[in-house]
Amino acid sequence: MTDATAGAVPASKDAKPGQMVAADGRPLKESLNRALRLQKMRALMLIAPLLLFVLLTFIAPIADMLFRSVQNGIVSETLPRATAGLSDWDATTGDLPDESVYEGLYYDLFIAAERKLHTRLGSRLNYEMTGMSSLFRQSGRSLDDIGDVYFDQFKDLDKNWDEAEPWAALMGDADWLQEMQAWKKADGEMPEFELADGMEKLLPRTAETYAAFAVFAQVDEGKSLLKEEPWVLVHTALYQDLMAKDVSGYSGPQAEMLKAADAAVSGFESVTFKDGMNAIDDDWLSHTVWQTIKTYSPEFTNGYFLNAVDMQKTPDGPEFRSENQRIYGLLFKRTMFMSLMITGSCILLGYPVAWLLANLPMRTANLLMILVLLPFWTSLLVRTSAWKVMLQQQGVINDVLVWLGLVNDADRLVMINNQFGTIVAMTHILLPFMILPLYSVMQTIPPSYLRAAKSLGATNWTAFWRVYFPQSVPGIGAGSILVFILSIGYYITPEIVGGTTGTFISNRIAYHISSSLNWGLAAALGTILLAVVLGLYWAYDKIVGIDNVKLG
Amino acid sequence: MAKLILTDIKKQPLSFTLPVVAAAGAFAGLFIGTAQGSGLLGIVIGALLMAGLAYAALELLDRSQEKMVRYGIAALFLVAGFLLGGLPGLVVGGLFGWFFGWFVYWVGEGRYRAKLPPYLTAGQVLWHYAFRVICGAIFVFLITPIIVVMPLSFNAENFFTFTPEMLRFDPAGYSLKHYRDFFTSNEWQSALRNSLLIAPAATILSVTFGTLAAIGLSQPHVPFRRAIMAILISPMIVPLIISAAGMYFFYSRVGLQGTYLGVVLAHAALGIPFVIITVTATLVGFDRSLTRAAANMGANPVTTFFRVQMPLILPGVISGGLFAFITSFDEVVVVLFVGSANQQTLPWQMFTGLREQISPTILAVATILVAVSICLLTVVEILRRRSERLRGLSPG
Repeated sequence: MTDATAGAVPASKDAKPGQMVAADGRPLKESLNRALRLQKMRALMLIAPLLLFVLLTFIAPIADMLFRSVQNGIVSETLPRATAGLSDWDATTGDLPDESVYEGLYYDLFIAAERKLHTRLGSRLNYEMTGMSSLFRQSGRSLDDIGDVYFDQFKDLDKNWDEAEPWAALMGDADWLQEMQAWKKADGEMPEFELADGMEKLLPRTAETYAAFAVFAQVDEGKSLLKEEPWVLVHTALYQDLMAKDVSGYSGPQAEMLKAADAAVSGFESVTFKDGMNAIDDDWLSHTVWQTIKTYSPEFTNGYFLNAVDMQKTPDGPEFRSENQRIYGLLFKRTMFMSLMITGSCILLGYPVAWLLANLPMRTANLLMILVLLPFWTSLLVRTSAWKVMLQQQGVINDVLVWLGLVNDADRLVMINNQFGTIVAMTHILLPFMILPLYSVMQTIPPSYLRAAKSLGATNWTAFWRVYFPQSVPGIGAGSILVFILSIGYYITPEIVGGTTGTFISNRIAYHISSSLNWGLAAALGTILLAVVLGLYWAYDKIVGIDNVKLG
Repeated sequence: MAKLILTDIKKQPLSFTLPVVAAAGAFAGLFIGTAQGSGLLGIVIGALLMAGLAYAALELLDRSQEKMVRYGIAALFLVAGFLLGGLPGLVVGGLFGWFFGWFVYWVGEGRYRAKLPPYLTAGQVLWHYAFRVICGAIFVFLITPIIVVMPLSFNAENFFTFTPEMLRFDPAGYSLKHYRDFFTSNEWQSALRNSLLIAPAATILSVTFGTLAAIGLSQPHVPFRRAIMAILISPMIVPLIISAAGMYFFYSRVGLQGTYLGVVLAHAALGIPFVIITVTATLVGFDRSLTRAAANMGANPVTTFFRVQMPLILPGVISGGLFAFITSFDEVVVVLFVGSANQQTLPWQMFTGLREQISPTILAVATILVAVSICLLTVVEILRRRSERLRGLSPG
C-alpha cells in the first residue's frame, strides 16, 4: 500500500499529500466511487431491457385501464356545441336549455349521425339512464326532417342548390377547385378541400358545416366533392347565415345564386330547433335527459366508480341507487365472503397435511409431496373440468352416493352451478398454495419444542396450541394471503362451475368487457379490485417479504 | 425402517380385538347393506362376520398360518363381492378382503403400537391414527379429481360419467374415440398448434430478458432494487382478469389485439416473475469469485457468462423457463381477451368446450395434459434436487 502511494504521488497533481491514491493516480476514494458507479450502471443496463418490456407490455395496460375508469371524453367529443352551451345552463331550476343549445345539439347530432357515432354515445349514456340509446338511435334516423324544411325551399328556388358542383364552387378556394376538376381516380389522393377566402366571415355556419362535410366525404367516404351533394345540414346553416348576415358585398363565384337566395330567405318557412327536436322525439323536452347529458359532459368523471359501488350521479351529488338496482355491493360482498370461505377451508385442509409432511421422515414426505405437487402442476382447466365431472347431477359423486343408497336416484344432490361447487373446486385448486408455504414454515419448527412442552406436563392440546401453533402462524399468514389474493380475482372456475350464484366480481368485469361493452365500468370495477389486491400484497410483503416467495 | 420398534407388541385381549374389528365390519357393512337395500342387515352381518373371522384367525388358528389366513379372507371377499355385484363387486371385494385380512392381525396382534412411543395413552394412539386417516382423506380429495378424469376419457359414449359397461369392465364400454377425435378434429389440432407456437415464443422472450435482469438484480449494488423487483413481480400479483382487461384496452389501442405478437407479448409478461424468482434464487448461492477468477484469466464478460456462470445457474434458468412455459401453455383468461379466434389455444378450446358443447374429448385432452404435467413435474424435481446437491444444501 505504501509503495503504491509513494509511486503514484508524483504523477498526480491534485492529490494531497497523505491521501491514498490508486494505481492510475486518482484518489482512492474517487476511484472506488467510480468503480461502484460503473457496477451500478452495469446492473441497471442488465435490468433495463426487461424493465422496459414489463413497463410497455404490462404496466402501461394497467395504467390505461386506470385512466379509462375516469375518462369520459365521448360526450364532449360527440356533442361539442351542445355541451359548450350547456355549461351556462342551470340544471336545478327545472327550465329547459335555450334555443342555442338545441341548435348546437342539432348540428352535433347531425354530424355524429353521418359518421355513425351517435349510437356509441347513446349506449354510453344508456348506462346512466335507460332509454338514451333508443333516443339517440331514433333521433339519428329522423334528423333530416328539420333540414329538409330548408333544403326543399332552397331547391325550389334554384335547382343548383341541390347540385354538388355549384356548392363546391361557392365554398371552395379557386385553386383547389381547379386541382379538383383536373383530378382523376388514377392520381391517387384527392386534393384536400380548402375554404374560399372570406367565406368564413361571410357565411360562418355554412363554412363550418360544409368543411365538416368535406372532410367526411373526402376522408371517411373517399368521394369527390364535385359529385357529392352536401348534407341538408348545410342548407340549414345557409338559411341561418343568410338571415343573420348581409351578402350584398359578395362578388365571388355563384354570387348571383347566393344573392337570389338571400333575397328569398326572409320569406322562407322556418322551424325552431327546439320544436324540430321535439317533433323527432319528445324526450328532447325532458328535463332529465338534459340533466344526464350535462352531468356526463366533463372530460373526466367519477361516474363509473360511483356506478361500481351502486351509486349514481344526480344534480344534488352522488346518491345510492334504489334497492333493487344494487348489484355490485352484493357481488363484492359475495366475492369477499367466498374468498374467505375458500381461504378458511384451505387452512382447515392444508394445516394437517402440512403438519404430516413436516413431521414424516424425508423419504415418505417427498413421496406424499408428489400428491400435492401434481395438482399444482396440472392445468387449471383440467382440474376445473374434473370437478365438473365429479359434481354434476349425473356426475361421479352423485353416482357413488346413489349406488351406496345414501341418495335417491330421483333427488340427486345439486352441487354444481352454485356457491358450493365454486368453493369446493377452488379450494381444491388453491390448496397447494396453502400447503407449500405452511410446509416450509413448519419444517423450521424443531420437534423437540413439542416434546419439551409435553415433558413439562402439557397435554397434547396445550403443547400444540401454546407452543407449536404460534410458531406456525407466519405460514398460515403467508398461505392465507396468497390464497385470498388468488381467489379474489379468479375467473375461469367460477365461470364454469359457479352458475349464477357462485360468480365473482371478475365474472362481472369480463361480462362488461365482452358483452355489455361498458368498458368504463369494467375498468372501474377492475381498479377497485386491484386496489384491494395491492393492499393485501403490501400486507404480504410486510409479513413475508417479496423476496421470500418460493416455488415448488 | 421396518425393523424400528419403539414399543414391544403383544397380543391384545379378545375383549378389545373383537369389538374393534366388529365395528369396522359394521361400518363397511353399512355401505354394502345400503347398496343392497337394507342398511341394518348390512351392519349386523358385517359385524358378525368380522368378529367371527377375527376369532377364528387369532384363536383357533396358529400364528404361523397368518399368510394363509389372509389369502383366505381375501378370497372369501372376492367371491362374495363377485356374487353380489359382478365384476366391479369382485374388485371392491378383493380390496375389502385384503384390507380386513391385514386389519385383523394389525389390531389383534397389537402391531399398531410398534412405531409409537410406549408412553402414549390409548386416546393418543387413537388420535394418531385418526389424524392419519384425516390426512389420507385430504390427499384423496387432492388427487381423486385428477385420477377420475383418466378412465372417463376412454369412455365409449359421449357421457361425462361412468357407464354401466365401464363399471362391468366390458371392453365395449371403452374406446379411444375421444383421442381419435382430438387428433383428427381441425379445431383441436389448430388449438394445439397455436399453443405450441405461442408458449415457446413467450418462454424464450421471458427467459432471455428474465435471466439477464435476474443477474443484474443479484449484483451487490442495485439502485431502487425493491421498486424494480415490485414492478417485475407485479404480473404474478395482479389478478389475471385485471391484466386481461388492461391488456385488452391497451393492445386494441395500439393494434396488437387479436395478433399472435400481442398474445406472445402478454404471455411473456406473465411468465417473467417466475423466471426472475427461480433464477435469483439460484444466484443466491452463486460464488462470485468464480467470475472474477475467469476475468483474471483473461475471459471477457460474454465468455465468462456462457462458460462459467450459465452452466452453474442453468437448472434455475430451465425450471424458470418451465414455469414460464406452463404459465403460457395453461393460460386462458388473457388469451381470451387479447387473442382472437385465430389465436385459440388449447385451454381456450377447453374453456369454450366446457361452457358450450360438453364433449368427453375435453377429458382426453385433460388426460394428455396430466401426462405432460407429470413429465414437467419430474423434470423440475430432478433439476431442483440437482441444484441443491450442487450447492450442498441437502443430502438427498
